[in-house]
Amino acid sequence: MSSKSSTRRVLGPFNRVEGDLEVKVEVDQGIIVKAWVNSTMFRGFEQILHGKHPHDALVYTPRICGICSVSQSVAASQALAILEGIEPCPNGQLATNLILAAENMADHLTHFYLFFMPDFARDCYANRDWFETTKERFKAQTGTAARQVLPARAAFLHLTGILAGKWPHSLAIQPGGTTRPIEAQEKVRLATTVSAFRRFLEDVVFGCALEKIAALQTIDELKVWQHNHPDSDFSHFLTVADDLKLSEIGQASHNFMSYGAYTEGNEHFFKRGLWQQHYKPLNPEQIKEDISHSWLNGQSEAKHPYQGSTIPDINEDSGYSWCKSPRLDQKVIEVGAISRQMVDGHKLIQQLVSQSGANVQNRIIARLLELALVVPEMENWVKQLQPKDIFCITAKLPDDAQGAGMIEAARGSLGHWVRIKKGRILNYQIIAPTTWNFSPRDSQDQPGALELALQNTFVGPDENASVIIQHIIRSFDPCMVCTVH
Amino acid sequence: MENSFNVLWLQSGGCGGCSMSVLNAEQPDFFSSFQLNNINLLWHPSFSEASNEEFLSLLLSIESSETKLDALCLEGSLLRGPNGSGRFHMLSGTERSMINVIESLSQQANYTVAIGSCASFGGITMAHPNPSEACGLQYEGKERGGLLKESWLSPGKLPVINISGCPTHPNWVIESLIQLAMGDFNSEDLDNYNRPRSYTNHLVHHGCPRNEYYEYKASAEQSSDLGCMMEHLGCLGTQARADCNTRLWNGEGSCLRGGYACINCTAPEFEEPGHNFTETPKIAGIPLGLPTDMPKAWFVALASLSKAATPKRLKVNSTSDHILISPGSKTKEGNKK
Repeated sequence: MSSKSSTRRVLGPFNRVEGDLEVKVEVDQGIIVKAWVNSTMFRGFEQILHGKHPHDALVYTPRICGICSVSQSVAASQALAILEGIEPCPNGQLATNLILAAENMADHLTHFYLFFMPDFARDCYANRDWFETTKERFKAQTGTAARQVLPARAAFLHLTGILAGKWPHSLAIQPGGTTRPIEAQEKVRLATTVSAFRRFLEDVVFGCALEKIAALQTIDELKVWQHNHPDSDFSHFLTVADDLKLSEIGQASHNFMSYGAYTEGNEHFFKRGLWQQHYKPLNPEQIKEDISHSWLNGQSEAKHPYQGSTIPDINEDSGYSWCKSPRLDQKVIEVGAISRQMVDGHKLIQQLVSQSGANVQNRIIARLLELALVVPEMENWVKQLQPKDIFCITAKLPDDAQGAGMIEAARGSLGHWVRIKKGRILNYQIIAPTTWNFSPRDSQDQPGALELALQNTFVGPDENASVIIQHIIRSFDPCMVCTVH
Repeated sequence: MENSFNVLWLQSGGCGGCSMSVLNAEQPDFFSSFQLNNINLLWHPSFSEASNEEFLSLLLSIESSETKLDALCLEGSLLRGPNGSGRFHMLSGTERSMINVIESLSQQANYTVAIGSCASFGGITMAHPNPSEACGLQYEGKERGGLLKESWLSPGKLPVINISGCPTHPNWVIESLIQLAMGDFNSEDLDNYNRPRSYTNHLVHHGCPRNEYYEYKASAEQSSDLGCMMEHLGCLGTQARADCNTRLWNGEGSCLRGGYACINCTAPEFEEPGHNFTETPKIAGIPLGLPTDMPKAWFVALASLSKAATPKRLKVNSTSDHILISPGSKTKEGNKK
């Protein structure tokens, strides 16, 4: 119940969230009592895919999202591989990992420099000690960082030019591997491209070897590192985070999930599973999508995506978003880099979360940490490529089958659930990372992860001017175009 | 920036991929390219500081002509549904549909520019059954007239400039906007679909490294084969209008260089080719959709001739994923490496 003193406000549009987002808040004495998150755009990919040839999903689904385009490709090709009963050949798997990692690492960088940090260069922080340097470095569009980051990012994405033709929206990733065999000299160029990106990260983002960041195990070690490397951008963020107490805002659920990232043989480089106080294996059968608070109809109860449907209905009175509410065993789940590192058991992230929870500061640390963990592994994948061997195998698609592609995009767990009949797509349901994080309430009235994260936040007298809400929202690295698709 | 060329960039029914693509611009980067040419990005959904009311007041100031708008750039298609209401995309924080906002702004902007195939023609979002009632700014697929009428001209006396592509190439966008800012762009620079001729005067086929396979009809049979992808794998490079293989993407890439078919993404209705994207439809073994300006009989005659003359090197390499026979000079022992 809202008290007499509380007010409701609708906030938006939030930019730097890749797509469209509106948030309604109920504020009482400067504190958010309740929040409602609305994904404001609907396109209907699930209906578009119905009846199409299964392989055409490789054209349509990447175009759900321009920032998670390869992630969508990988999820679709993995689902198709299951339908066809094949696995990508070793070169094809390595190339897929490289293309996916290129997208994910570029996204982490884009998020930190272009989406998240510019908020600290706002004039509302003019009285802070760190303001002048932050403004010079991170001011939207004009900060000095962008002039270093954009060329480094573009050069790094040459890796996709070689292995995938282009980014975004490539057709190179196929169920049995990739379409682009490479020669020995191209392998050398890939290695150099990744090394150049490593050098940029070491010079600019971290100010030290990536291995040094990857090896940080405790909060004390992180503090010592910060003290010794005051000039790096990561260190600069930690200073801001300490001063603004970013570890005290944006707490969501403590249920973390990862589908497992980057296939290596029968394993993943980052483990698949759940973290709920401790590690648990993931049972995908427990995933269900609830539409009780969505502008959707056609489902009277929460359904597993194989059985799910996506039918818009603007007249659905209980709805307040186009987004569904996925739940795992009826629980609200958070996904993203922080969840991947909790599940994979990275010591520093686990200690940070046990000390202060999943919050704005810790989400950003986990994301930057992944740059230091994944780029060295990319170097290994390049080394393992065998230019003389095949890159792709093909197989015949059966008429009737079902399969799921479950992968990790930069911003969290992405799943495609596909059923085909008579050689055509019968049902194609997608649950994107931000569908988990920014879902509306479910039939038990449980708020989604962002709705939880906004509750109890002190925003002061003018919630519209409150940049704190924006820090919390952007800490999830949301992708709204994926969310509803 | 009083004399700057003011650009407002909005997104609607699309994926944001064209914005991500422009970030791939190099030498110089995207922000620098604008700054160095006195182009002022008033607001962009992914790159600007302003959020919420700060943006809504900018909108107000443009609509009341207080702030000069030189170019409105729209990325993504126009979502007219459900039932023409536009409620599939409301501008967050308001009770206005995006189609309403865009229609109003297009009357203010000196030029209106569609960024990518969605904003140009409807694009992927318009694929059957077009659940969101999507269309382009001035086209609905190949039909003239979209959100704006066929006869509509901007205050700068140009129709909507369609920088189509899925995604569009960073330089197609940046160079066209700089030309507009310099006053160096007029209706003669547009093709029959109002796309900049700077890139549609070319075919994707131009500069394709598989040209020799094409000449001899030495065809790839499956993904990752080196041969020409027109006969079996659905490649539309000989019909698609764009300079992808001479300008290149992400350093040295293109779809064809990446080993997969051109799906003609700069064209209206590419999203519904009427066949599987990566399989060439054929009648009596002859591919449908031959090069547009070549008489069919000639094509068939030349194809059968060249097929008969295909060197062994191309025949073998075309169905391999690595070059097995190199061009090499002839010796007594035959072709050498």
